[in-house]
Amino acid sequence: MNAVTKNWVAVGMISDIPRRGARCVKNGDMTIAIFRTSDDRVFALEDKCPHKNGPLSQGIVHDGCVTCPLHNWVISLENGEAQGADEGHTRSFPVKSDGDTVLLGL
Amino acid sequence: MADKQNLVIIGAGMASGRLIERLVERDPNAYDITLFNAEPRGNYDRIMLSPVLSGDKTYEEIVIHDDAFYEHNRVTTRFGEAVTAIDRSAKTVAGQNGTVSYDKLVIATGSAPFIIPVEGKDLPGVVTYRDLDDTNTMIEAAAKGGNAVVIGGGLLGLEAAAGLAERGMTVTVLHLMGHLMERQLDETAGYLLRKDLESKGITIITEASTAAIVGTDHVEGVMLEDNTGLEADLVVMAVGIRPEVRLARDAGMEIARGISISPDMRTLGDRDIFALGECVDLEGHLFGLVAPLYEQADILADNLLGGSSSFIPKDLATKLKVTGVDLYSAGDFAEADDREEIVLRDANAGVYKRLVLKNNRIVGAVMYGDTADGPWFFDLIKRRTNISEMRDTLIFGQAYQGAEPLDPMAAVAALPDDAEICGCNGVCKGTIVSAIGDKALASPDDVRAHTKASASCGTCTGLVEQLLALTLGDAYNPAAVTPMCGCTDLGHGDVRRLIKAKNLKTIPAVMQELEWKTSCGCAKCRPALNYYLVCEWPDEYADDYQSRFINERAHANIQKDGTYSVVPRMWGGQTSSKELRAIADVVDKFNIPTVKVTGGQRIDMLGIKKDDLPAVWQDLGKAGFVSGHAYAKGLRTVKTCVGTDWCRFGTQDSTGLGVRIEKFMWGSWTPAKVKMAVSGCPRNCAEATCKDVGVVCVDSGYEIHFAGAAGLDIKGTEVLGLVKTEDEALEHIVALTQMYREQGHYLERIYKWAKRIGHDEVRRQIMEDTDKRRAYFDRFVYSQKFAQVDPWNERVSGKDKHEFSPLATLPLEAAE
Repeated sequence: MNAVTKNWVAVGMISDIPRRGARCVKNGDMTIAIFRTSDDRVFALEDKCPHKNGPLSQGIVHDGCVTCPLHNWVISLENGEAQGADEGHTRSFPVKSDGDTVLLGL
Repeated sequence: MADKQNLVIIGAGMASGRLIERLVERDPNAYDITLFNAEPRGNYDRIMLSPVLSGDKTYEEIVIHDDAFYEHNRVTTRFGEAVTAIDRSAKTVAGQNGTVSYDKLVIATGSAPFIIPVEGKDLPGVVTYRDLDDTNTMIEAAAKGGNAVVIGGGLLGLEAAAGLAERGMTVTVLHLMGHLMERQLDETAGYLLRKDLESKGITIITEASTAAIVGTDHVEGVMLEDNTGLEADLVVMAVGIRPEVRLARDAGMEIARGISISPDMRTLGDRDIFALGECVDLEGHLFGLVAPLYEQADILADNLLGGSSSFIPKDLATKLKVTGVDLYSAGDFAEADDREEIVLRDANAGVYKRLVLKNNRIVGAVMYGDTADGPWFFDLIKRRTNISEMRDTLIFGQAYQGAEPLDPMAAVAALPDDAEICGCNGVCKGTIVSAIGDKALASPDDVRAHTKASASCGTCTGLVEQLLALTLGDAYNPAAVTPMCGCTDLGHGDVRRLIKAKNLKTIPAVMQELEWKTSCGCAKCRPALNYYLVCEWPDEYADDYQSRFINERAHANIQKDGTYSVVPRMWGGQTSSKELRAIADVVDKFNIPTVKVTGGQRIDMLGIKKDDLPAVWQDLGKAGFVSGHAYAKGLRTVKTCVGTDWCRFGTQDSTGLGVRIEKFMWGSWTPAKVKMAVSGCPRNCAEATCKDVGVVCVDSGYEIHFAGAAGLDIKGTEVLGLVKTEDEALEHIVALTQMYREQGHYLERIYKWAKRIGHDEVRRQIMEDTDKRRAYFDRFVYSQKFAQVDPWNERVSGKDKHEFSPLATLPLEAAE
């Protein structure tokens, strides 16, 4: 496979993730947070806030963003960018679905 | 006292309420007052019935005099009892439950709705709009939906129509005249009003004469003279009111349209009988708005206390309380040969202003769409100011006069001290400004409490706010209107009020009805709304798990590295060898790196991996531990000293009381964390005087403290009061906590809440008002039925399993 093509890995069913919530996927040392919004869009970010590595998967999900539980930074689910006055970036991963199955692009 | 005279008042409306206030203020020993009211309740703000109907307010919010007021002022109340006769020769008044004699009598029977004498007027489903019972009947009817026909397009009829439409009924207004509110508005303003109401979905039929109301067991429809038929499940008759004079007429008093009085408020022909309010007729004048009624009450109070004041009718201004409709009318605006007018129209903006002039003085003003200058024009009318100098720019309003900048504050600043700000309560600018200075008032609520300005219809709240800003400068912090977050313009207080008034029971319902600007809120408002809903509807509301902060979702405290800490409950700070052994075993089994004793007399285990939490709880549960809620906006800990069990200074069983409070109150959610303590003597080893709620035991009982802080702020507690028994101590503490639960803003600790509403007010409601205290207590107990479930045990049993395990663990080498 060439470098552009993603390796799509099935990580679970969309119904396993609470609406406006998140679940974690362990990938070796890295934890990836899979988010589900109120309108059933699914996003994946590394589970690390750019501020102090807070676990974003534990935050409150709202309007396409998650608020970090440690110091309330707001991170975009779509691109991992810190919102508002804060500056920082969290790695994001592509996600697609196959029926009810959520596939994570690694 | 022997020389106290008997004063009997018939009717507990707003005018007689003001009269009683003035009498007891000036001389509480002058009269023994007996107050009759046919309605089974005391004085409330009738002007605010329309907001109650539309769901913007509740009855409790519009009560003016509660039971405590009457009790405190020793007014004998006979509510729910109609007066049947007045015997002028015996000087007695006969009520349904007995006769009472008077030295002075005040008839304040108000007015009765006019019922048009058509067939079907007595059918069930045909209501008038005068009092709370009528309002409740309409609210009930509206809950069933369907069609409502409002007969009468005046002030009351339109407010009823708007309220019913707001509650989801299909509303038609029938109006006999050619345009709406013809007594207050000219034809153009009437047209604009009609257009606005039609855009709210209300159908308006003018020149509509009702022929009959039809139906067999219940109203089914309305038939007009031109044979138009309208379906109706509810008919509201709001065609007008007339003074209620039956009692006075039966007693042989002089009646014109109302009960005839002289300017000193005395009835004609009987020196000991006075009349007050909507039932009076002064030289052909009748009175319906609250401002002149309050003035009458002031005059009458003075005369009852030996004064000789006279009441002189004045011009009046009107505002319609329909959301989204802005109109103002004042004075006399009929056309006449000796009158001129100035008109401004802006069709796009829906603005219409018309001033009627006579001899270079304004005699009438009608405004629609932009009414900001209403009070200024009204002031010019009342002062009979010669406007020839500013005539060219007059219609543009006060901001355009002279070289003043277009600053709304400048307009208020320019008002003279005796300019009236609150028309309802007759409060002028000077009174408000000096009260702000003298009494250190900081918010519109303060001003309301101290001066009554904006306490009735509330339309002058904006002006009061401007006066605060003007007087306090940068020191004015309009905290009352600070929005909850960027998702709404409403403050916490408004949101809580509207949740209750509009019966909102889910977060989406709140966001929809209160017009949230974001689709699903944010991390600030969602936890707040979740709390407000849990608190308001403990039995019905389904907790929104995803709107809770992680600590309250995971029932443990998140740490900087993403691990959690766990604090089991130790009632009153007591533990045992068995418990300590269980903790030691858990620490070893799960390799817990840190064990720490907390400030609230608990043991904290730190550094637990989230996946391990249910297993940790399971082991702790076997030893009898439940969650210590160390993570909750709720009751955290009750710290105690050893009290009479061991201490040679102890005066009471402080440990026992602490345990009892904790067992009673654990599990309750509160706006912010609540920490308590009970000390067994004034040496205060449990440090109760810096807690949210504290008890200091003394020989004579239990001194209850509240509103302390020892965190970001340091503050000693305030004393709530001293009670004699442990049972009383518990009841007072629980009631205080419930009051805070119901009124606190989310994340507002008790000391900040108490400062906001006033320590005296807390004392008044908890220490002095037994009924209120019991009601708070009962509501707390009820909500505990649903709250006292150990969250750890639930999760050990499998609840929210997904929270504590990863969705997937990928194989180390992803497939190539």
